Amino acid sequence: MLKIEGLRAAVEGKEVLKGIDLEVPAGEVHAIMGPNGSGKSTLGYVLSGREGYEVTDGTVTFRGEDLLAKEPEERAIAGLFLAFQYPVELPGVGNANFLRQALNSIRRARGESELDAMQFLKLVRGKVKALGMSDEMLKRYVNVGFSGGEKKRNEILQMAVLEPAFCILDETDSGLDIDALRIVADGVNALRSPERGMLVITHYQRLLEYIVPDRVHVLLDGRIVRSGGPDLALELEEKGYGELQAAA
Amino acid sequence: MPAVAETLETVRDVTQGTYKWGFETEIEQEVIPKGLDEDVVRLISAKKQEPEWLLEWRLKAFRAWQSMTEPTWAAVKYPPIDYQDAHYYAAPKAKADGPKSLEEVDPELLRTYEKLGIPLKEQERLAGVAVDAVFDSVSVATTFKDKLAEVGVIFCSFSEAVREHPELVKRWLGTVVPYGDNFFAALNSAVFSDGSFVYIPKGVRCPMELSTYFRINAKNTGQFERTLIVAEEGSYVSYLEGCTAPMRDENQLHAAVVELIALDEATIKYSTVQNWYPGDAEGKGGIYNFVTKRGACRGRKSKISWTQVETGSAITWKYPSCILQGEGSVGEFYSVAITNNFQQADTGTKMIHLGPNTRSTIVSKGISAGHGQNTYRGLVRIMPRAKNARNFTQCDSLLIGDQCGAHTVPYIESRNPTAKVEHEATTSRIAEDQLFYCRSRGLTEEEAVGLIVNGFAREVLKELPMEFAVEAQKLLAISLEGSVG
Repeated sequence: MLKIEGLRAAVEGKEVLKGIDLEVPAGEVHAIMGPNGSGKSTLGYVLSGREGYEVTDGTVTFRGEDLLAKEPEERAIAGLFLAFQYPVELPGVGNANFLRQALNSIRRARGESELDAMQFLKLVRGKVKALGMSDEMLKRYVNVGFSGGEKKRNEILQMAVLEPAFCILDETDSGLDIDALRIVADGVNALRSPERGMLVITHYQRLLEYIVPDRVHVLLDGRIVRSGGPDLALELEEKGYGELQAAA
Repeated sequence: MPAVAETLETVRDVTQGTYKWGFETEIEQEVIPKGLDEDVVRLISAKKQEPEWLLEWRLKAFRAWQSMTEPTWAAVKYPPIDYQDAHYYAAPKAKADGPKSLEEVDPELLRTYEKLGIPLKEQERLAGVAVDAVFDSVSVATTFKDKLAEVGVIFCSFSEAVREHPELVKRWLGTVVPYGDNFFAALNSAVFSDGSFVYIPKGVRCPMELSTYFRINAKNTGQFERTLIVAEEGSYVSYLEGCTAPMRDENQLHAAVVELIALDEATIKYSTVQNWYPGDAEGKGGIYNFVTKRGACRGRKSKISWTQVETGSAITWKYPSCILQGEGSVGEFYSVAITNNFQQADTGTKMIHLGPNTRSTIVSKGISAGHGQNTYRGLVRIMPRAKNARNFTQCDSLLIGDQCGAHTVPYIESRNPTAKVEHEATTSRIAEDQLFYCRSRGLTEEEAVGLIVNGFAREVLKELPMEFAVEAQKLLAISLEGSVG
């Protein structure tokens, strides 16, 4: 579903990704682990098309198409979703209104009918309930005054409503207490399906206790230095990144 | 910020020719020769068959104007205006005494208003909104007059008010904005051609929204209309004005005067959606909008609320103000002003607290894009008798791109130690991360900018009457596409 080959990328002229090869088939959840500064978040931004993240070499194919040729909104329409590590505040923009515009924009681009306010509310209320959130969150402005946990849950809510084919979760566990983590993980697990791929970016093994990955990759200094099954995460937790860093 | 630069690019591309109200109506016009002197003032008054006292008032205003100089304190730049190089009266040719009903209105005019989204045929009208349509110098139609008359509400053109209700006009005209108030108000008082008149009797809640739609059509013509609204004790009225003009390379002058009077426990809600032609992307053409708007809260617990969405005009110079005279009276000013391309806006308000326990609220949102320059200029004055007066001012600016400017000029004068005056101001840019966040959810750059700007203006837009709020939101997005970024 997502195939990355020889991907190199630079930020402000400095090379951060130094040749990444990775393939995530539909139905699988892959975890990217690594210490700070290894290029984890950069990978998420490069895949979703953020300005200032310059691809210098390599290709990314998503559902058979050249992902890198697309604008950020075209990637969303193609089915890619990035859950932000630091969700952005949009003052004055109602959360429900934002979600509905996003959903309808994607539906329109796919030639599907748009949802009116009533249809949308019905859809979103069900998702809100499943995530242990309150309806009141829909009325507030996007991420404004949200706690860290609320912001992360809001990202998962967006994911649940937009139902993307592929989800990238960038450090979704950071800043969450254990209860919030469980709720977020339940939300993510509910979206696991044979048609959907996921890339879970995390620093710690903790999240992977709740979202059990099919494969784990270790990112160090812009390269994937090791790949393995879920056990690799446990091994890292025990030994830390030091040994791998020394070897690399 | 490359994303923002690209947005601006996009906006610039889309901008050209987005002013969709820029068409011209082909209609036979009666236009008096260019130039302004006492004879022109007399001619205008004669054309309108005005009583002697009104002609005298005009002449006093004209003489006052001649002794005045154009104000230069506003942060706007424009070449000198040649006041002799414009026509001061233009009207669609009609039967000598004007149309008696919509059936007699020139169909071309009805089509013009239809194109503007304002079908005047009452049965087609949005129920609950009465419209006075002003085309160049004259009012061409007023809808729902009979229905309003049933509850004693007078809503008609200014000329008709002078004919039918001279005692009311004579009593209130110039009592809030005197003829010699300022250069542009004096000019208006001398040559005003038409406008709207509203009178709400004691205890009446006006059963529908009232609105006036101003349209400049003729070339090289100034538009000088006057609006006078009187709300008697315990009454309520919500009034909205909208404005558009054809696209022309020459600048055109618009100098209006609005006077509001609210007596005991009366409320006037006055909303403006100003979309005069702003000029093209190079700054050529556009309306010079020099307007004096002032409301007097004469009665105790009276309230005047101004809401304005200013997206048009090459130059905007206006400060809708409140004189808070009655004890416990309330003044409000909610404003969104967009300047794009080469537009300049110097706008704000004056809240003059005279009576005790008077309160005022000012919320101003300025959005600058392109080479636009946006200045908020506001005065809060607390006079010695205004015990326990309160003011809260919030003034926010949003910048799109790096060629534009935002300026805040607050004047605060307090002469009563019990008064409390608060002022908050912020300036921000549309952040790259906000745009990226929206786009990563499937919104286009334009949709993202529209969303963010509407969010920024939310506090003001929610003050607009429901019927117009949606229109205003769309207008903001369009002005951004074609004017901001």
